[in-house]
Amino acid sequence: MRLRPAPEPAGVLAAMADPTRRRLLEELVTAGAATATTLAGRLPVTRQAVVKHLAVLSQAGLVTGQRQGREVRYEVRTSPLATTADWLTGLATEWDRRLAAIKRIAES
Amino acid sequence: MATDRIEREIVIGAPPQRVWQVLTEAEHISGWFGDATEIDLRPGGAIVFTWNKYGSHHGVVERVEPPRFFSYRWARPAGEPAAEGNSTLVEFTLSPDGAGTRLRVVETGFASLAVTEEERGVAVKENIEGWIAEFGELRGYAERPAA
Repeated sequence: MRLRPAPEPAGVLAAMADPTRRRLLEELVTAGAATATTLAGRLPVTRQAVVKHLAVLSQAGLVTGQRQGREVRYEVRTSPLATTADWLTGLATEWDRRLAAIKRIAES
Repeated sequence: MATDRIEREIVIGAPPQRVWQVLTEAEHISGWFGDATEIDLRPGGAIVFTWNKYGSHHGVVERVEPPRFFSYRWARPAGEPAAEGNSTLVEFTLSPDGAGTRLRVVETGFASLAVTEEERGVAVKENIEGWIAEFGELRGYAERPAA
Protein backbone atom coordinates (compact mmCIF):
# COMPACT_ATOMS: atom_id res chain seq x y z
CA MET A 1 0.00 0.00 0.00
CA ARG A 2 1.14 3.51 -0.89
CA LEU A 3 2.08 5.72 2.04
CA ARG A 4 0.10 8.92 2.33
CA PRO A 5 0.91 12.11 4.19
CA ALA A 6 -1.25 12.85 7.24
CA PRO A 7 -4.56 14.08 5.86
CA GLU A 8 -5.70 17.66 6.34
CA PRO A 9 -8.64 18.05 8.69
CA ALA A 10 -10.46 19.50 5.69
CA GLY A 11 -10.09 16.15 3.93
CA VAL A 12 -11.74 14.54 6.94
CA LEU A 13 -14.50 17.15 6.89
CA ALA A 14 -15.09 16.65 3.19
CA ALA A 15 -15.17 12.89 3.60
CA MET A 16 -17.72 13.28 6.37
CA ALA A 17 -19.86 15.72 4.43
CA ASP A 18 -21.84 12.84 2.96
CA PRO A 19 -24.64 11.19 4.98
CA THR A 20 -23.95 7.72 3.58
CA ARG A 21 -20.30 7.93 4.58
CA ARG A 22 -21.23 9.09 8.06
CA ARG A 23 -23.63 6.17 8.27
CA LEU A 24 -20.85 3.80 7.17
CA LEU A 25 -18.47 5.15 9.80
CA GLU A 26 -21.14 4.85 12.43
CA GLU A 27 -21.77 1.27 11.42
CA LEU A 28 -18.05 0.51 11.64
CA VAL A 29 -17.62 2.08 15.06
CA THR A 30 -20.72 0.52 16.58
CA ALA A 31 -20.63 -2.94 14.98
CA GLY A 32 -16.89 -3.23 14.41
CA ALA A 33 -14.81 -4.05 11.34
CA ALA A 34 -16.74 -5.23 8.30
CA THR A 35 -16.42 -5.91 4.60
CA ALA A 36 -18.11 -3.89 1.85
CA THR A 37 -20.50 -6.79 1.26
CA THR A 38 -21.56 -6.90 4.90
CA LEU A 39 -21.98 -3.13 5.00
CA ALA A 40 -24.04 -3.13 1.82
CA GLY A 41 -26.32 -5.69 3.47
CA ARG A 42 -26.98 -3.36 6.37
CA LEU A 43 -27.41 -0.10 4.46
CA PRO A 44 -29.77 0.82 1.64
CA VAL A 45 -26.92 1.21 -0.86
CA THR A 46 -25.26 -1.05 -3.40
CA ARG A 47 -21.97 -2.77 -2.73
CA GLN A 48 -20.35 -0.68 -5.49
CA ALA A 49 -21.48 2.51 -3.77
CA VAL A 50 -20.14 1.24 -0.45
CA VAL A 51 -16.78 0.49 -2.06
CA LYS A 52 -16.60 4.02 -3.48
CA HIS A 53 -17.49 5.62 -0.18
CA LEU A 54 -14.98 3.46 1.69
CA ALA A 55 -12.31 4.62 -0.76
CA VAL A 56 -13.05 8.27 0.11
CA LEU A 57 -13.01 7.48 3.83
CA SER A 58 -9.77 5.60 3.41
CA GLN A 59 -8.18 8.49 1.52
CA ALA A 60 -9.09 10.79 4.40
CA GLY A 61 -7.44 8.34 6.79
CA LEU A 62 -10.73 7.53 8.52
CA VAL A 63 -10.74 3.81 7.75
CA THR A 64 -8.13 1.20 6.95
CA GLY A 65 -8.65 -1.98 5.01
CA GLN A 66 -7.14 -5.39 5.70
CA ARG A 67 -7.35 -8.01 2.99
CA GLN A 68 -8.98 -11.22 4.17
CA GLY A 69 -9.23 -13.84 1.47
CA ARG A 70 -11.18 -12.33 -1.40
CA GLU A 71 -12.54 -9.42 0.59
CA VAL A 72 -11.22 -6.42 2.46
CA ARG A 73 -12.28 -5.81 6.06
CA TYR A 74 -12.51 -2.16 6.99
CA GLU A 75 -12.08 -0.62 10.40
CA VAL A 76 -12.24 2.92 11.76
CA ARG A 77 -9.15 4.94 12.59
CA THR A 78 -9.98 7.29 15.43
CA SER A 79 -6.95 9.60 15.37
CA PRO A 80 -8.14 11.75 12.42
CA LEU A 81 -11.50 12.17 14.16
CA ALA A 82 -9.75 13.40 17.29
CA THR A 83 -7.38 15.66 15.33
CA THR A 84 -10.26 17.22 13.43
CA ALA A 85 -12.37 17.74 16.54
CA ASP A 86 -9.39 19.44 18.21
CA TRP A 87 -8.79 21.58 15.12
CA LEU A 88 -12.41 22.79 15.11
CA THR A 89 -12.27 23.47 18.85
CA GLY A 90 -9.12 25.52 18.27
CA LEU A 91 -10.84 27.62 15.60
CA ALA A 92 -13.81 28.22 17.88
CA THR A 93 -11.44 29.34 20.64
CA GLU A 94 -9.79 31.76 18.21
CA TRP A 95 -13.17 33.35 17.54
CA ASP A 96 -13.86 33.63 21.27
CA ARG A 97 -10.58 35.47 21.61
CA ARG A 98 -11.38 37.79 18.67
CA LEU A 99 -14.89 38.52 19.94
CA ALA A 100 -13.47 39.38 23.35
CA ALA A 101 -11.04 41.79 21.64
CA ILE A 102 -13.90 43.35 19.64
CA LYS A 103 -15.81 43.81 22.89
CA ARG A 104 -12.82 45.41 24.55
CA ILE A 105 -12.29 47.85 21.69
CA ALA A 106 -16.00 48.71 21.29
CA GLU A 107 -16.46 49.33 25.00
CA SER A 108 -13.35 51.46 25.41
CA MET B 1 -28.51 23.33 13.47
CA ALA B 2 -24.89 22.32 13.29
CA THR B 3 -23.20 22.25 9.90
CA ASP B 4 -19.56 22.56 8.92
CA ARG B 5 -19.59 25.76 10.85
CA ILE B 6 -18.24 27.55 13.84
CA GLU B 7 -20.74 29.75 15.58
CA ARG B 8 -19.94 32.09 18.46
CA GLU B 9 -21.74 34.93 20.19
CA ILE B 10 -20.95 37.71 22.60
CA VAL B 11 -22.86 40.59 24.20
CA ILE B 12 -21.09 43.93 24.02
CA GLY B 13 -21.84 47.00 26.13
CA ALA B 14 -21.80 49.38 23.15
CA PRO B 15 -24.44 50.22 20.54
CA PRO B 16 -24.50 48.39 17.17
CA GLN B 17 -23.19 51.47 15.36
CA ARG B 18 -20.03 51.38 17.48
CA VAL B 19 -19.57 47.62 17.10
CA TRP B 20 -20.05 48.07 13.35
CA GLN B 21 -17.08 50.46 13.26
CA VAL B 22 -14.89 47.99 15.11
CA LEU B 23 -15.90 45.23 12.69
CA THR B 24 -15.48 47.14 9.46
CA GLU B 25 -12.89 49.90 9.87
CA ALA B 26 -9.32 48.97 9.05
CA GLU B 27 -7.74 50.67 12.07
CA HIS B 28 -10.07 48.79 14.42
CA ILE B 29 -9.93 45.43 12.64
CA SER B 30 -6.19 45.30 13.23
CA GLY B 31 -6.97 45.40 16.94
CA TRP B 32 -8.67 41.99 16.80
CA PHE B 33 -7.64 40.34 13.54
CA GLY B 34 -4.10 40.43 12.22
CA ASP B 35 -1.61 43.27 12.46
CA ALA B 36 -2.69 45.46 9.54
CA THR B 37 -5.81 45.59 7.39
CA GLU B 38 -6.88 47.06 4.09
CA ILE B 39 -10.57 46.98 3.32
CA ASP B 40 -12.76 48.30 0.52
CA LEU B 41 -16.10 48.17 2.31
CA ARG B 42 -18.58 47.33 -0.43
CA PRO B 43 -19.80 44.05 -1.92
CA GLY B 44 -16.97 42.65 -4.06
CA GLY B 45 -14.46 44.96 -2.39
CA ALA B 46 -10.99 43.62 -1.60
CA ILE B 47 -9.69 42.91 1.89
CA VAL B 48 -6.13 42.20 2.92
CA PHE B 49 -5.44 40.99 6.44
CA THR B 50 -1.74 41.03 7.19
CA TRP B 51 -0.05 39.16 9.98
CA ASN B 52 3.57 40.20 10.44
CA LYS B 53 4.43 36.60 11.25
CA TYR B 54 2.40 34.76 8.62
CA GLY B 55 1.94 37.09 5.65
CA SER B 56 -1.15 38.49 3.96
CA HIS B 57 -4.49 36.78 3.63
CA HIS B 58 -6.79 38.03 0.91
CA GLY B 59 -10.53 38.31 1.15
CA VAL B 60 -13.58 39.65 -0.63
CA VAL B 61 -16.42 41.56 1.00
CA GLU B 62 -19.77 39.88 0.41
CA ARG B 63 -22.57 41.77 2.18
CA VAL B 64 -22.52 45.18 3.86
CA GLU B 65 -25.72 46.13 5.71
CA PRO B 66 -24.82 48.64 8.42
CA PRO B 67 -25.24 48.24 11.30
CA ARG B 68 -26.79 44.77 11.15
CA PHE B 69 -24.89 42.43 8.87
CA PHE B 70 -21.40 42.14 7.44
CA SER B 71 -19.82 39.20 5.66
CA TYR B 72 -16.65 38.37 3.82
CA ARG B 73 -14.88 35.39 2.36
CA TRP B 74 -11.19 34.96 3.16
CA ALA B 75 -8.51 32.65 1.84
CA ARG B 76 -7.02 30.34 4.44
CA PRO B 77 -3.63 30.07 2.68
CA ALA B 78 -1.53 33.25 2.73
CA GLY B 79 -0.94 35.05 -0.56
CA GLU B 80 -3.76 33.45 -2.55
CA PRO B 81 -6.87 35.19 -3.85
CA ALA B 82 -10.01 33.97 -2.09
CA ALA B 83 -11.89 31.44 -4.18
CA GLU B 84 -14.08 28.40 -3.80
CA GLY B 85 -12.03 25.65 -2.24
CA ASN B 86 -9.48 27.77 -0.40
CA SER B 87 -11.68 30.13 1.57
CA THR B 88 -14.25 30.26 4.33
CA LEU B 89 -17.18 32.63 4.74
CA VAL B 90 -17.38 34.80 7.85
CA GLU B 91 -20.73 36.36 8.70
CA PHE B 92 -21.35 38.86 11.47
CA THR B 93 -24.86 39.60 12.69
CA LEU B 94 -25.43 42.51 15.07
CA SER B 95 -28.64 42.89 17.00
CA PRO B 96 -29.54 45.40 19.71
CA ASP B 97 -29.47 43.95 23.22
CA GLY B 98 -30.71 46.53 25.70
CA ALA B 99 -28.30 49.43 25.34
CA GLY B 100 -25.70 47.07 23.92
CA THR B 101 -25.23 44.70 21.02
CA ARG B 102 -25.44 40.96 20.60
CA LEU B 103 -22.75 40.03 18.09
CA ARG B 104 -22.85 36.63 16.44
CA VAL B 105 -20.16 35.27 14.14
CA VAL B 106 -20.58 32.25 11.93
CA GLU B 107 -17.70 30.85 9.91
CA THR B 108 -18.56 28.19 7.33
CA GLY B 109 -17.02 26.27 4.47
CA PHE B 110 -14.37 24.18 6.22
CA ALA B 111 -15.51 21.03 4.46
CA SER B 112 -14.58 22.39 1.04
CA LEU B 113 -11.07 23.48 2.03
CA ALA B 114 -7.81 22.10 0.81
CA VAL B 115 -9.06 18.81 -0.51
CA THR B 116 -8.13 17.19 -3.78
CA GLU B 117 -10.22 17.91 -6.86
CA GLU B 118 -11.95 14.56 -6.73
CA GLU B 119 -12.74 14.77 -3.03
CA ARG B 120 -13.97 18.32 -3.46
CA GLY B 121 -16.21 17.34 -6.37
CA VAL B 122 -17.87 14.85 -4.08
CA ALA B 123 -18.08 17.13 -1.08
CA VAL B 124 -19.38 20.31 -2.58
CA LYS B 125 -22.37 18.73 -4.26
CA GLU B 126 -23.51 16.97 -1.17
CA ASN B 127 -25.54 18.03 1.77
CA ILE B 128 -23.34 18.86 4.70
CA GLU B 129 -26.03 19.80 7.16
CA GLY B 130 -25.96 18.39 10.59
CA TRP B 131 -22.74 16.55 10.38
CA ILE B 132 -20.68 18.24 13.05
CA ALA B 133 -22.97 17.14 15.87
CA GLU B 134 -22.90 13.62 14.53
CA PHE B 135 -19.19 13.90 14.17
CA GLY B 136 -18.85 14.71 17.87
CA GLU B 137 -21.03 11.75 18.78
CA LEU B 138 -19.06 9.53 16.50
CA ARG B 139 -15.83 10.60 18.10
CA GLY B 140 -17.34 9.74 21.47
CA TYR B 141 -18.31 6.32 20.20
CA ALA B 142 -15.00 5.76 18.52
CA GLU B 143 -13.01 6.57 21.64
CA ARG B 144 -14.99 4.29 23.90
CA PRO B 145 -12.98 1.28 24.96
CA ALA B 146 -14.02 -1.75 22.90
CA ALA B 147 -16.87 -3.66 24.53
